Amino acid sequence: MRKLALNDEILLKIEKPARYIGNEVNSVMKDKDKINIRFAMCFPDVYEIGMSHLGIQILYDMFNRWEDVWCERVYSPWVDLDQIMREENIPLFALESQDPIREFDFLGITIQYEMCYTNILQILDLSKIPLSACERSDFDPIVIGGGPCTYNPEPLAEFFDLFYIGDGETVYDQLLDAYKENRRIGGTRQDFLKKAAEIEGIYVPGFYEVAYKEDGTIASFTPKNPHAKTTIQKQMEKNLTDTYYPKAPVVPFIKVTQDRIVLEIQRGCIRGCRFCQAGMLYRPTREREVEMLKQYAYEMLTNTGHEEISLSSLSSSDYSQLKELVTFLIEEFKDRGINISLPSLRIDAFSLDVMGKVQDIRKSSLTFAPEAGSQRMRDVINKGLTEDMILDGAGQAFEGGWNKVKLYFMLGLPTETQEDMKEIPRLADKIARRYYEIPKDKRNGKCQITTSTSFFIPKPFTPFQWAQMYNNDEYIARAAIVKHEFQEQLNRKSLKYHWHDAEVTVLEGVFARGDRKLSKVILEAYKLGCLYDSWTETFDNEKWMKAFENTGVDIGFYNLRQRDADEIFPWDFIDIGVTKEFLYQEWQRAQKGEITPNCRVNCSGCGAMKYKGGVCIESKN
Amino acid sequence: MKARIKFRKYGVMRFIGHLDVMRFFQKAMRRARIPIAFTEGYSPHMIMSFAQPLGVGVTSDGEYLDIELKEEIAANEAVIRLNEVMVEGIEVVNFVRIPDDKKSSGMTLVAAASYRVTLLESAKSAEITRELPDSWQSKIEAFQKQESIVVLKKTKRSEAEVDIKPMIYQMHKEANSIYLFLAAGSEQNLKPDLVMEAFTEFIGEKEESVPFHYHRLEVYARQSKESLDFVPLDQLKLP
Repeated sequence: MRKLALNDEILLKIEKPARYIGNEVNSVMKDKDKINIRFAMCFPDVYEIGMSHLGIQILYDMFNRWEDVWCERVYSPWVDLDQIMREENIPLFALESQDPIREFDFLGITIQYEMCYTNILQILDLSKIPLSACERSDFDPIVIGGGPCTYNPEPLAEFFDLFYIGDGETVYDQLLDAYKENRRIGGTRQDFLKKAAEIEGIYVPGFYEVAYKEDGTIASFTPKNPHAKTTIQKQMEKNLTDTYYPKAPVVPFIKVTQDRIVLEIQRGCIRGCRFCQAGMLYRPTREREVEMLKQYAYEMLTNTGHEEISLSSLSSSDYSQLKELVTFLIEEFKDRGINISLPSLRIDAFSLDVMGKVQDIRKSSLTFAPEAGSQRMRDVINKGLTEDMILDGAGQAFEGGWNKVKLYFMLGLPTETQEDMKEIPRLADKIARRYYEIPKDKRNGKCQITTSTSFFIPKPFTPFQWAQMYNNDEYIARAAIVKHEFQEQLNRKSLKYHWHDAEVTVLEGVFARGDRKLSKVILEAYKLGCLYDSWTETFDNEKWMKAFENTGVDIGFYNLRQRDADEIFPWDFIDIGVTKEFLYQEWQRAQKGEITPNCRVNCSGCGAMKYKGGVCIESKN
Repeated sequence: MKARIKFRKYGVMRFIGHLDVMRFFQKAMRRARIPIAFTEGYSPHMIMSFAQPLGVGVTSDGEYLDIELKEEIAANEAVIRLNEVMVEGIEVVNFVRIPDDKKSSGMTLVAAASYRVTLLESAKSAEITRELPDSWQSKIEAFQKQESIVVLKKTKRSEAEVDIKPMIYQMHKEANSIYLFLAAGSEQNLKPDLVMEAFTEFIGEKEESVPFHYHRLEVYARQSKESLDFVPLDQLKLP
């Protein structure tokens, strides 16, 4: 029988012991005497969130297919267990073997959002791994970061031995081979890092030196080790059909956020919305072949027993074989009690027809993400969506029986005026009016239009990376303008408005475009007790403000200035294919409200063509 | 047509709560391709019910769930297929056909449950047991000879004083364990920890100094309404 790291007394005292015992269906057990490399894969948040992440499932499957590697999982202990582990000096352990993380060769951490940064320090701290990479010895695991936040890894530079930039499917085999070779010849940690730095896509932050100008911006960013590359090339899996994808993902005992099969139908997006980081990072858009998806859907359902399957992509409607795939899923699985969930669909006749088949129209709501209220603002952000398209879609939906609509917008976008803000409630009202145009006897009571706004955060590698943000008060003032305008609307009783928290926005903004000077702020915040900052019940803005104060780091420098055309950004050493010139050109077009067509309509020469894959070569075959 | 599945729950699975075990079995039915029936409507769910919930931390040799089948499946084949998709800590031991009527459902029939209670070295491990003091033999007898055994029974909403004596059908010490045979089900239900708490208090011990592990051995029904014979849920004679 498996021996657990936590004793019965603890497990019966804490919330949801199932988070920590492993043993789930499809989790992988190996004989540790028969393997060469032990890899601990971490999502630095609670189990239910971490287990819902597709990327880890893909990599867990990939590593464990390799005979001499055993990949295990580790998540952030919730605050109840965190306290017990500190009091009783229990080291953090992996779920499968229940062995301490410190005994592993690698600790890989996926970094999905900025507000998990203190949780990363918790993972290292509870594992008894020195927080600073430079203090680690040959007995500590190599700490690797991956995921979207590593496209600006600089705020975390101090805590990681290396970052893997891009799709995980491409160079992990080379990295592990380098590790084995280094161990065979008795090399040190430093020797391995040198070898790793020579692999495409691998960034070793300790091998670079940053010099700053007097105004705090970067003067130079240079390798200080001959093995380190000047530019790190983003890794891209060109062929998403003949590659790793899990046929038997782990099935948690407790209900997790994504309690279903996730079928990633494509990676990347052709749209080119100027605020969207994923839309630029994952260019060129690559589709998986529909036959592969059908086969995987079938096998994954058989192997997990899940009752729901969800398609995943940035914009499912752009998947060229969508109709065939969805028809197959409905015909094959609907009668077997399998739910089909189709997020990120554009509302049109086809999607309404499909949604009518897979969900209860009376209970479900339709989602639109116009992102901006006025047409002018939508052109600035290059959201190729007109008011007519929204009203048409909503109208068709209402006539089909729906009466609930959710709308998503952003406030604080570049060039935004009061008029733009007020257009948000007005658009919501126009949708409600469209509903009440339907004769009373043919509609389904009142309609319910729920509007949410979040505050825009400029992200690296987007045309808006030069844009300024605002302070807390300004964000709240903008939300108040919107709220006030909602009260002026004819159908205000059918309209609801929510807005996101501004304090977290400010912090996310700082870390999204931050530099190495922020490592000390994260460390200070952690020492002051910040943890689980993405959870409203545990987020403590006062502690964060204290951390900035104690370290003398100015939030305004990161958030309140528009960056100059020639500023060197902390992330400039990464090459994602899309060029800085293209992004700057888009930044200028944005300010003139000029729209740029999507990749399938017309190639805009963004630079991603250098990868010679996906949509860039689609029409040229 | 309906079937009753008997399973064991042991090892680390004792930390998985009742609702999550139900979720586990729903997914297991799909993996094992058991032809289970669904309810009608937009969000159909499997027709499945558990006889008697088991507390977190408790292990068991006699857990039951009833399912409705939409086509026939051979009992031995069902057991094999289910065990192929189980995890360590859950083992299916029986699969029997049961009558289709509502009053034959496990949930309705449950009348008693038996438990083995062991004394632990410490609450830290359910695996390391301690010898029961010899004196407990007579104390257990004296405990049961009380006129009434009144305990405070807490539910989610209220607290009430209840005499549990009539619900303790049997309690005796054998080798290194205490065996309990207790009322269970929707009419009267007594959890073993409530008995042992009362016993602990009766012998003047502190709860912390006598940590117990509970293991459910079997769940029983009465063969007929009038009958006093208790029969394991999977051994009932079909009418």
